[in-house]
Amino acid sequence: MPLSPTNRSSGLAIDAQGLARRFGERWVLRGLSLQLARGEVVGVLGRNGAGKSTLLRIVATLLRPNVGSATVLGHDVLRDPDAVRRIIGFLAHTPGLYDDLTAAENLRFSTHMHGRSAAGIPAALERVGLLDVANERVRGFSAGMQRRLALARLFLNRSPVLLLDEPYSNLDVAGVALMNEVITEFTSGEGAALVVLHELAPAAGLLHRTVSIADGRLADEITPGAETQAAPVVTTVTS
Amino acid sequence: MTWTEDWRRVRAVAWKDLTTERRSKAGFNGVVALGVTILVLFGFALGPDTRALHDAAAGALWLAVLFAGVLAFNRSYQVELESGALDQLLLYPGARWTIFTGKLLANATFVGLMLVIVVLVALVLFQVQVPSTWPTLVAVLALGALGLVTLGTFYAAMASRSRSREVLLPLLLFPMLVPVLLAAMQASKALLGGDLMNESGAWISLLVAYDMIFFVATHFAFSYIIEG
Repeated sequence: MPLSPTNRSSGLAIDAQGLARRFGERWVLRGLSLQLARGEVVGVLGRNGAGKSTLLRIVATLLRPNVGSATVLGHDVLRDPDAVRRIIGFLAHTPGLYDDLTAAENLRFSTHMHGRSAAGIPAALERVGLLDVANERVRGFSAGMQRRLALARLFLNRSPVLLLDEPYSNLDVAGVALMNEVITEFTSGEGAALVVLHELAPAAGLLHRTVSIADGRLADEITPGAETQAAPVVTTVTS
Repeated sequence: MTWTEDWRRVRAVAWKDLTTERRSKAGFNGVVALGVTILVLFGFALGPDTRALHDAAAGALWLAVLFAGVLAFNRSYQVELESGALDQLLLYPGARWTIFTGKLLANATFVGLMLVIVVLVALVLFQVQVPSTWPTLVAVLALGALGLVTLGTFYAAMASRSRSREVLLPLLLFPMLVPVLLAAMQASKALLGGDLMNESGAWISLLVAYDMIFFVATHFAFSYIIEG
């Protein structure tokens, strides 16, 4: 059973209003609105091409919406993207690592770009179980090891708001547990996490609620607490 | 945001690009091989006429650097596209120009090393005597390379989001490079010929002006072309 979100009254962690985004002639998002309270972990479900990753990329400042606005801890993604980038930790489909750098070098590059100390690199590598291969090039790593290294990067930068796109892919059982630890640890204070998922099972017990995107809009909202008592509570959300 | 932090980011990007390039090796070897091959082909095409070789040396040199450079610029963003690293790079806070300057520094080092090898080969192949004004010639080579690298790094970033980037980059880059290459080539030719008419000064001034304009303009425009 997940903990209740805290500090709901002190403002929203993520506030997306009427987001719409078009690629060519195709509208992927069609006026989607979504709010996350501080301390809240929200799962996003939907079919392939439903717009889940597009939503995440807009909140992460990687894409500009054609219509609508979004804020992260009060910072507008369009007007103040740099402030947003300082407070988000983003994990994409692909790990975003450099194959010809070692694990430690990839993390060192990340800390330099974030303007943070590199002192925590050994501890971060140890936590994800990669300390033994710290000086090996990422090119030789399995997909799961690369995912763990990307997780170590999240540890180092300690961003309060996590945006995770299919974070459990390629992870073994221990990796899934580690990922859940990270999400719980990071969102226990003022933070929040928006997690795009294909299946709910790995995140069971972690999510405060789950929303579903269909045809570029929020379709359903499910509260896991209610789900365990009887049938899932499904609320149609107008957007 | 302090200048110290910006400079730290610039160095981090340059170090990362140079380290990955040094370790992959294939990129530098390929670029140098292309440059030398172009010079050799020009040498054969012009035949044994010493005068013709001497006259064509500056043009052949800059063409070799241009084509080899395009290969290098494409590679510099290829590394970012692998494993989705470009998105990760854009997620770091800080001014976008720091990414551009870091890549520019790495490309300048890369092209500079290639230029040294290509110039040495050109001196031998085209039977060119090193002129007494060689420090000015070195400055012209550096200024020409700076213009080439500035525009190459910028347009490679623009083309990187396109699936046909290998085709797109030369189409975007070559027309913009005409003034830089023309000035660099004419200044080099004048200096290799002893600069009897004292014409290199005007071309060098033009080269400096273009370099400054392109350097400032690309730094301002980079954030607009790299954003999604």
